[in-house]
Amino acid sequence: MSRSLLFIPGNNPSMIQNSDLYGADAVIFDLEDSVLVQHKDAARKLVKFYLEQFNLLSCKVIVRINGMETPFLKMDLDDLTYDYIDMFMIPNATHGAIEYITNQLKELEKERHLKKEIKLIPIIETPYALLQVKDIVKMSRVSGLLFGAEDYSMNMSIKRTKEGSEISFARNMISIAAKAYNKEVYDTPFIDVNDSEGLKKDILLAKSLGFSGKAAIHPRQIDLINTLFSPSQEDIFDALRIIKEAKKDNKGAFSIDGKMVDAPIITRAKKVIEQAKLYGLIGDGDV
Amino acid sequence: MSKPMFTSIEAYKNISYKKIEPVLSHTTDKFKSNLEEVLDLLSLRDGMTLSFHHHLRNGDGVLNLVMDYIIRRNIKNITLAASSLFPVHGLIVDYIEKGHITKIISSYINGPVATAISKGLLKDQVIMQTHGGRARSIETGELVIDIAFIGLSCADKNGNGNGKYGQNAFGPVGYSNADMMYAKNVVVITDNLVDEVKEDEIQSKYVDYVVVVDSIGKQESIVSGTTQITKDPIGIKIAKDTTKVLDALGLIKPGFSMQTGAGGVSLAVANEVYNIMSERNIKGSFISGGITAYFVKMLEENKMDKLFDVQCFDLEAVRSYRENKNHIGMSASKYANPFDNPVVNNLDFTILGATEIDLNFNVNVTTDSYGAIIGGSGGHADSAYGAKVTIITTQIMKSRMPIIKDRVTAITTPGDSVDILVTERGIAVNPKRTDLINCLSGKIKLYSIKELQDICYTITGKPMNIEKGNQTIGIIEYRDGSIIDYLYKK
Repeated sequence: MSRSLLFIPGNNPSMIQNSDLYGADAVIFDLEDSVLVQHKDAARKLVKFYLEQFNLLSCKVIVRINGMETPFLKMDLDDLTYDYIDMFMIPNATHGAIEYITNQLKELEKERHLKKEIKLIPIIETPYALLQVKDIVKMSRVSGLLFGAEDYSMNMSIKRTKEGSEISFARNMISIAAKAYNKEVYDTPFIDVNDSEGLKKDILLAKSLGFSGKAAIHPRQIDLINTLFSPSQEDIFDALRIIKEAKKDNKGAFSIDGKMVDAPIITRAKKVIEQAKLYGLIGDGDV
Repeated sequence: MSKPMFTSIEAYKNISYKKIEPVLSHTTDKFKSNLEEVLDLLSLRDGMTLSFHHHLRNGDGVLNLVMDYIIRRNIKNITLAASSLFPVHGLIVDYIEKGHITKIISSYINGPVATAISKGLLKDQVIMQTHGGRARSIETGELVIDIAFIGLSCADKNGNGNGKYGQNAFGPVGYSNADMMYAKNVVVITDNLVDEVKEDEIQSKYVDYVVVVDSIGKQESIVSGTTQITKDPIGIKIAKDTTKVLDALGLIKPGFSMQTGAGGVSLAVANEVYNIMSERNIKGSFISGGITAYFVKMLEENKMDKLFDVQCFDLEAVRSYRENKNHIGMSASKYANPFDNPVVNNLDFTILGATEIDLNFNVNVTTDSYGAIIGGSGGHADSAYGAKVTIITTQIMKSRMPIIKDRVTAITTPGDSVDILVTERGIAVNPKRTDLINCLSGKIKLYSIKELQDICYTITGKPMNIEKGNQTIGIIEYRDGSIIDYLYKK
């Protein structure tokens, strides 16, 4: 489970070198949009050498590879399918592309005796992908979805706004699809890196729609994303009270401060506590 | 008299300190029409020691103006006692090569002059002092100044003046205070002659002559280098982690005092501290040292009682110094002279940078890792000694060069006065500060400085040692006047 996923251009040595320092739960080394065609080989080699040489990363390692429509996909998979990768992020995802990549990975993993299965995060960034989202997300190798609002808007010929009403249907659809199959779902990056108030609103909106995290395009966005996707102290306090009362009272429903507590609320409280433990906000002894 | 070697940061306590008598002026007709006439009256000649201040920093025009006369008169073997030298003073490289200037005593040298000295062009030696050490050496008569040239943005015909007013206002004249009182002769150079000066930091009774020139420099070039909060994410991370350390040590509390440099990371720390002060409604007592707009904001928002200013780093600070009664100028001696019960001794914490730091926490801000001069202590060693907690903030590597060395190329500030190192890859506390280690234990993850060096080596590899040259070109003086290290020809 990741709250923040930080994009790092795959052709920038100094940013790659420091990629683990910003507190992101996952780092996405980008070989796609941030890398010019003439630098694709150099970027792939740089990311590969970094991941082979250094064991500094304490976060999840994701590589955004190039899409099916490019000649680079096969080289990306050939060069990078190793145990140091947790996930590949797939741009311009379609059901067919994910199926193709899954088959390629199966072969490479078997041939190289990898210790684990590399998961996939398809980016839903075309109207076609949105229509296929249910079929995409239910594939076993898919661990979560990323919404790519910029490309989606371009493909829809619509203008992006900060409040995002034009992408609300897509956001809802992607979130519902992911939740229906119990997968992670990550919101599109907020592209104005100087607007922290705008970022805050965008995060809270995504959270309210069920997104589990958000991609970031600048390290300074990480703190806010992590904070707002973590349970608040108030949430944790309430959840602890609910769990304590639920343990005491074996009834199906009871009340706290005049508000009814039943099974879904207890389940939600347990999730809050799980998250709080995961992010180091409470210890085992606190529960 | 040969200088003693450095033994301990506390050694000054065993030294008897005696100031010489201030030198009063006996001239009555002080106002002269031009500099040439003044230099004739003072019999400027070979072998003299001339002093200058650097309040206009890279905008200073006074030193170059005086040097021009020296060249025209073909005066040789001058000792230049300038509180700092900047790139704007680059033309004196030629005068060094031709033997007009043969010795330099300063607290900070950056730019072409530094490069020339490192190449061994200076016939005699360079002495790198601290700001407090410079004041001490003048007050005791160790550094004898024949003529002090004091550029002022506002002065009257009798030599009373300040840096508060005028088109080239620069703030307090703290670095010239000792020069004014103890130099054998004092010349005020101004581009703004007024009838009467009410706030006379420079006083007529010490001033021999006053000269008006077209310009003493460029006020706007006071702002040199970084005086803005860093936007570099690594710098911001270091600043946030530093603030966490300060908070965990309980140092951000009502009445606290601090000093930071004007670098981007230091200012980012100040900004983080400001945010905590705002959140918790904490008011501090004072900020000292070089003053920037960020500190002015704290004063004007009533988050700090006072600013004790030895130099303004930007024009907002200059404005504040003119307008705010609690923005108080101080002399370099009051700021940092170990024998003057200095302001730095009352600091709760200071945030400083480093070009290099070593396994014994010694810090170098004088040279680069090849031994070339790129700066100097300024108030580094002074505030490190005085503050209860001294924190060094630095990236663990710069241009793929590890910053943590086995032994720094040159010691500017001894490790015994350095407490904590904060890098982007971790925090180390000087093992001698067990009190700090105990306080941070369980709150902040700590590494030994060796562990941080090893982490850095996993990225950079261990660089080859760079051999020092075998010809010394000068010394680094600790604040008490002892030799803490040598400088070598490149």
